Amino acid sequence: MGIITSILSGFALAFIAPVLYRFGRGATGWIVAMLPLGLAAYFSSLIPQVCSGEVITESFRWIPSLGINLSFYLDGLSLLFALLISSIGALILIYAGRYLSGHPCLGRFYLYILMFMASMLGVVLADNLITLFVFWELTSLSSYFLIGFEHDRHESRAAALQALLVTGIGGLALLAGFILLGQTGESLELSNLLNSGDAIRNHQLYTPILLLVLAGAFTKSAQVPFHFWLPSAMEAPTPVSAYLHSATMVKAGIYLLARLSPVLGGTDLWLYSLTTAGAATMVVGAYMAIQQSNLKLILAYSTVSVLGILTMLLGLGTELAIKAAMVFLVGHVLYKAALFLVAGAVDHETGTRDVNRLGGLWRAMPITAIAAGLAALSMSGLPPFFGFIGKELFYEAGLTVQSAAHLLTGVSMLTGMLLFVAAGMAGIRPFIGRQYILHKKPHEPPVSLWLGPVLLAGSGLACGVAPGLVDTSLVAPAVSAIIGHPVPVKLALWHGLNPALVIGTITVAGGLGLFAVRSRLIKVLSPLSNVVVLSPTYLYKRSLDGLMAIASLQARIIQSGYQRYYLLIIFTVTAALVLYTLISLGGLHGPVNLSNIQFYEAGLAALILMGALLSILTNSRFTAVAALGVVGYSVALIYIIYGAPDLATTQILIETLTVILFVLVVYHLPIFSKFSSVAARIRDALISLFAGGTMTALVLKATNVQFHPTISSYFAENSVPLAHGRNIVNVILVDFRALDTLGEITVLAVAGIGVYALLKLKLKPEGV
Amino acid sequence: MDSIILRTAARYLMPIFLLFSVIILLRGHNAPGGGFIGGLLAAGAFVFYTIAYGVAAAGRKLLVAPYTLIALGLLVAFGSSILSFFNDQPFMTGEWSVLNTPWLGKLHIGTPLVFDAGVYLVVIGVTTTIVFSLAEE
Repeated sequence: MGIITSILSGFALAFIAPVLYRFGRGATGWIVAMLPLGLAAYFSSLIPQVCSGEVITESFRWIPSLGINLSFYLDGLSLLFALLISSIGALILIYAGRYLSGHPCLGRFYLYILMFMASMLGVVLADNLITLFVFWELTSLSSYFLIGFEHDRHESRAAALQALLVTGIGGLALLAGFILLGQTGESLELSNLLNSGDAIRNHQLYTPILLLVLAGAFTKSAQVPFHFWLPSAMEAPTPVSAYLHSATMVKAGIYLLARLSPVLGGTDLWLYSLTTAGAATMVVGAYMAIQQSNLKLILAYSTVSVLGILTMLLGLGTELAIKAAMVFLVGHVLYKAALFLVAGAVDHETGTRDVNRLGGLWRAMPITAIAAGLAALSMSGLPPFFGFIGKELFYEAGLTVQSAAHLLTGVSMLTGMLLFVAAGMAGIRPFIGRQYILHKKPHEPPVSLWLGPVLLAGSGLACGVAPGLVDTSLVAPAVSAIIGHPVPVKLALWHGLNPALVIGTITVAGGLGLFAVRSRLIKVLSPLSNVVVLSPTYLYKRSLDGLMAIASLQARIIQSGYQRYYLLIIFTVTAALVLYTLISLGGLHGPVNLSNIQFYEAGLAALILMGALLSILTNSRFTAVAALGVVGYSVALIYIIYGAPDLATTQILIETLTVILFVLVVYHLPIFSKFSSVAARIRDALISLFAGGTMTALVLKATNVQFHPTISSYFAENSVPLAHGRNIVNVILVDFRALDTLGEITVLAVAGIGVYALLKLKLKPEGV
Repeated sequence: MDSIILRTAARYLMPIFLLFSVIILLRGHNAPGGGFIGGLLAAGAFVFYTIAYGVAAAGRKLLVAPYTLIALGLLVAFGSSILSFFNDQPFMTGEWSVLNTPWLGKLHIGTPLVFDAGVYLVVIGVTTTIVFSLAEE
């Protein structure tokens, strides 16, 4: 029960948080942070168990007939991610409470971000693929809310929509891939699929499965050419960027690739698609990063680059590469989240994120500056930081591949140098050198704004100096989970004089050189980037515009905006389809039993007919409504005659309310007049006769056909024993067919809100 | 509408209407009635009150905003399914228990009643939302 409780508690707190905020105000961040802190403690307590190779599973039936269960699976890989999500979540909540203090929607912010945290935990802990998918989509959804948090700004909304569309389309592909995977592997549970990798890889559906899953993972983890949504997502408040768009959500794709590599990995297709996409992404990301002047954009593009590195390493799939990927991932989370939070603090204190206007801040904000420096050094891959160990392993993994090792190493070195420059620009440059004149005089921010960066950057240093803190406890189980058998991991700062160290040194030297000439470099390269790298954004915009154009064209054709035409089309089409079916199935032939009609039934029919005729012939609205009332009440009487009191009561109540509604609107209606021409009226009369006649034929036929009696007799027999009710109509509504009713009342609710919106919005006509 | 007869009648009929609507809701499982009919009746009471005293007064009688009632109803209806989840049964399985009460004898209590209460609230919410918005125009 531990795993599901940990996830559900996140959702529960999410929905309580806005209320909590009303009472907790400024302290709310600290209060809600207790939950992820507790979760982190819980997950830490599982480390010994998981280290010994144990896998913790939990399962609840959901839709067993389809093999869909709410099941969870916790091994080394899940544990590593769960720990990162919960512990960084706590720091982010503390930070956000201060960073966004005074924001009118802060309560809602806690809701969104806790919902995200719980969903993300669900993604990494899910066993069933459909469960995983549901949580996956929930992270996209909460990301949408968080990017669009400043919803009164157009850029925010556009960026949120872009992220949702890109990851959403990927999500659909992923769902298709999961379903195929489930059919091929004959189970939707990851725990089963992990053992049937060979069968799946040799199956003819392997290629479509892999491509669909990759579409999901690549869009989520911002691989080229889907990388463009991530920099746009920087419209989100900085804590969100730190949490979702660098530390956790964008790693969901990486998690998925890692998770499925025992199932789908190890083939040529896997190798080439992942390494190509990864290598392209890491170069493009790093290259774009150094061209930015906005702190957050530098960090965003460098995140894209790192996601590329991780994808490439997972694609290589060797033991060394997987080890490198996990170490790099942890290192990246620590320094990148710290740098994002620092960027937020700098923005908070100075009012700008433009690196060209920031300098010498270390005097005013020494603690922040130290955190930034530590994180930036780790990002640059300098010893004794954890980033150094990750980078060494990364180069080593590249050197040991069989083919194209030189190319790969060259590309990796280029990326390394560019990331070095980006680290200097984002983490060092704003704090050293001369000070610029700013609108705000910067101060050291309060503890909640520097606690996160200091802890994160400090951990980056601690893990570098003493890699024993994490190697056997966290990294080894994760690597073992990806490889599929236990792998010992022993990390050390000093590997001896080896090629990776030489390459690392060259990278640092090259990075220093590039950093010195970066302004000239940017000038030279900028025309190029407009052509090559911006094109996905352009394509996205064009396809979105195209979609809108098609939609409005279609709306112009189908949606006339006149109710009479809608009714005309609906009645004609329905009647024609019914008539076609009746004729094609021979329904118009056969005996029609019109005997044993009682006199009162005939009387009611006559009453209905007269009411209907009067309502269309009269010149007074009141007469028309009263005549329609006659029709309605007569129908209710028919229900009573045929023994359906529930239906009759409902009909009578609805008729009554309709009259009242009419009374409410009658004063607003224009004077009664005839708009339609004689020809139009004749056309309408013909159509209504046609529709009415067809329905009559259908009803006559239906009463003469003997249906299979099982359903109604089943309801009649089981109403009392199964559902404890003697009113079968009600039992069907609230028990046997309760899901239908739930759908119906939801539609009702939407309709009610729609009416409210129509009446209250008072939309201005176009062009005014 | 400024009519003293209507106003006096509304004041006394309103509680009777509402009480009756609850009875209809509760007895629905065994006899004609249920959440939908009960909800319409209760909504009728509020509509009646609206005609006599106006939207503002009727809104105060409703205690919460009509659209809150819609949301509440959906939540209650959906919430009735939670129990089946914890009992490890398919979604929305009706859960029943029999209570022995001193006055009412054996009482069958089940989640479908909670669900029906949700329907009841949604119907009141939707109807009053529409009527209030129209009447305010």
